[in-house]
Amino acid sequence: MSARIGVITFPGTLDDVDAARAVRYAGAEAVSLWHRDTDLQSVDAVVVPGGFSYGDYLRAGAIAARSPVMGPVVDAARAGLPVLGICNGFQILCEAGLLPGALVRNTGLRFICREVRLRVEADTAWTAGFEQGSAITVPLKSGEGRFVADDDTLDRLEGDGRVVFRYAEPAPNGALRDIAGVCSADGRVVGLMPHPEHAIDPLTGPGADGLGLFTSVLTRLTAAA
Amino acid sequence: MPRVIVDVLPKAEILDPQGQAVARAMGRLGVSGVADVRQGKHFVLDVDDSVDDAELERIAETLLANPVMEEWVVRREGNGGQ
Repeated sequence: MSARIGVITFPGTLDDVDAARAVRYAGAEAVSLWHRDTDLQSVDAVVVPGGFSYGDYLRAGAIAARSPVMGPVVDAARAGLPVLGICNGFQILCEAGLLPGALVRNTGLRFICREVRLRVEADTAWTAGFEQGSAITVPLKSGEGRFVADDDTLDRLEGDGRVVFRYAEPAPNGALRDIAGVCSADGRVVGLMPHPEHAIDPLTGPGADGLGLFTSVLTRLTAAA
Repeated sequence: MPRVIVDVLPKAEILDPQGQAVARAMGRLGVSGVADVRQGKHFVLDVDDSVDDAELERIAETLLANPVMEEWVVRREGNGGQ
């Protein structure tokens, strides 16, 4: 039986279809979860995809973080369920308190839409298949992608090896310490601004580097079963 | 019904590129005396008497503002205020 990975759709979510496609490419079953669901249908992991949930009202991700489906997602994540937040999904996980820091307006005030190189710097549920220090190319497309946190938090994240992805160039959005993605203390909840789900097939993206996140979690799930 | 105002601003130590852009635009208007601008949000809440100060603080801290990047002020208007 293949692993089942939930993909959440909020009003305004854009990348749920690509996220579900990435899940299937990796060899798992994609399970659609709706923002009003309170039952996670016993999925083995959850992807919170990108977009503009609730029109970015209040703050990006703020309303979605308090939607019905996120209650069980937060509880399950605290109990070890692997969760991946991409772009708006990363913002939602920060707003929900599952990941530290916040995402604010890009320094240059411009929406950035281009491919970026990232360094994979941590061994997590979603990056176990990568060699640490390896580089991947994935699209970045966000207007509020600048990761911020206070200095103590940044020091702690770096000291504990919780910076999962770093821009291999000066962060185009001004993210502090060039941080593109971070994880929870147990390495099972990961959030990043760039979009691995758009880079799973050279036909439709810059390459297939992003598929590794989805195959990594499957390897973890299979090993645990 | 009593009115409550919640003002939310980006923390001083968080770069506010929107505020900076506004400040630069003032310079282009010929205004030279404005040293800094921070742009935030202004919430107007009409609340009944069941909402006490502690509840208002909880609303501000958990929803209206993100304590990681923002600071906020809650104040009551009218009806004696505080």
